[in-house]
Amino acid sequence: MASKFNIDLTVNGKSHAVSIEPRRTLADVLRDDCGLTGTHIGCEHGVCGACTVLVDDKPVRSCLMFGVQAERKAVRTVEGLADGDTLHPLQQAFWENHGLQCGFCTPGFLMLAAGALEENPDMSDDEIRDVLSSNLCRCTGYQNIVKAVRIAARALRAGPRA
Amino acid sequence: MKPAAFDYFRPASLSDALALLAKYKDDCKILAGGQSLVPAMNFRLARPAILIDINDIAELDYVHADDRGLHIGALTRHAAFHRRVVDGPLGALFSAVARHIAHYPIRQRGTFAGSLAHADPASEWCLLATTLDATVVAKSARGERAIAIGDFFNGTFSTDLEPDELLAEVHLPPMGQGWRTGFYEFSRRAGDFALGMALAALRIEAGVVREARLGVGGVSDRAIRLRKLEERLVGGAASQEMIDTIAREAWASVSPIGDIHATPEYRRDLVATAVKRALTEAAA
Repeated sequence: MASKFNIDLTVNGKSHAVSIEPRRTLADVLRDDCGLTGTHIGCEHGVCGACTVLVDDKPVRSCLMFGVQAERKAVRTVEGLADGDTLHPLQQAFWENHGLQCGFCTPGFLMLAAGALEENPDMSDDEIRDVLSSNLCRCTGYQNIVKAVRIAARALRAGPRA
Repeated sequence: MKPAAFDYFRPASLSDALALLAKYKDDCKILAGGQSLVPAMNFRLARPAILIDINDIAELDYVHADDRGLHIGALTRHAAFHRRVVDGPLGALFSAVARHIAHYPIRQRGTFAGSLAHADPASEWCLLATTLDATVVAKSARGERAIAIGDFFNGTFSTDLEPDELLAEVHLPPMGQGWRTGFYEFSRRAGDFALGMALAALRIEAGVVREARLGVGGVSDRAIRLRKLEERLVGGAASQEMIDTIAREAWASVSPIGDIHATPEYRRDLVATAVKRALTEAAA
């Protein structure tokens, strides 16, 4: 067995000391070693996007990155979105607009949209649809996810959370 | 769906990476963006004993333009081309093509050079590099060599790179303001692999085509440059009649592969239409 790496992972601003084999994907390390099970694992080959997290502010498939590669990076997961009991505008908009049903794909969609809106807060509808085509949802038919992201974008542009 | 065990190195410099490659050769794989390699490892279709992760080698992360053209380092991500990396038609073409590559999160990790090294016949960058006369710079502990793109691809997932070589840079010749380009791709869904695609670049002066580049991808074990059809285009007007003729001849000149996604006949029809649309865009 390949030797383990002892590294510190910074997830949602908090340091996690983990001892991991290099073959462990970031998705598995987040769930099993950091105890952050909000990141869901669907296809494990980069197609479904359920495991999307932000690495240095960019949305990436955490099943297509190894945990060791996240050393000295800032990882953000769905657990870091809300501010205490106050939902992030994206979470609020998903809730209010029926942007989810079973919820399995939701953490991936939230992190995808969060990263994309940070890069471009003024996405057009076409751009929102293009970005959201990255991930799969089998419940909603996508229309309400598009709507939720559009509404959250407006809320985010209106100013920082109170 | 979990990768087999491997040893992992993350060198901080190119020379360290080349020393590791020289030592482990066929036992190791380079890990850049990992957007093709890691899925293959998750499926255990790929089981490299050693991974050399080049993501910490900052000296490989660059795009710069000079009078010789565009130079793209091994670590440049697809997403770097969302914005135009160079003024003029070449930067616009890169930007347009980048948006067809997989999806937004994949483009944040996957690299331009990695696409070429992976040599997937459905790769947009392989088509672009083939059509626009790219040169690949391979580096090893033994030195470096330049490989013309026409000599680089050996077939599906196969290149001219030696086991101790790293694809360090890709170079594209400059494209002046007189050039116009077009790209068209058929895929089942946004972000899917191309069933057929075409890329065209024309330099038109006073209504006459002075230079032409035309390539198709997704139909063979590698992208194909249609040089004979380029010659047909030069010297005349890029009229609708000429474009229709070229598209018909493209249809006749390719022998597409059939697979679960499309029959050879269907692919051939797609390629002809892709050629027509790419040329129409370039001639507009």
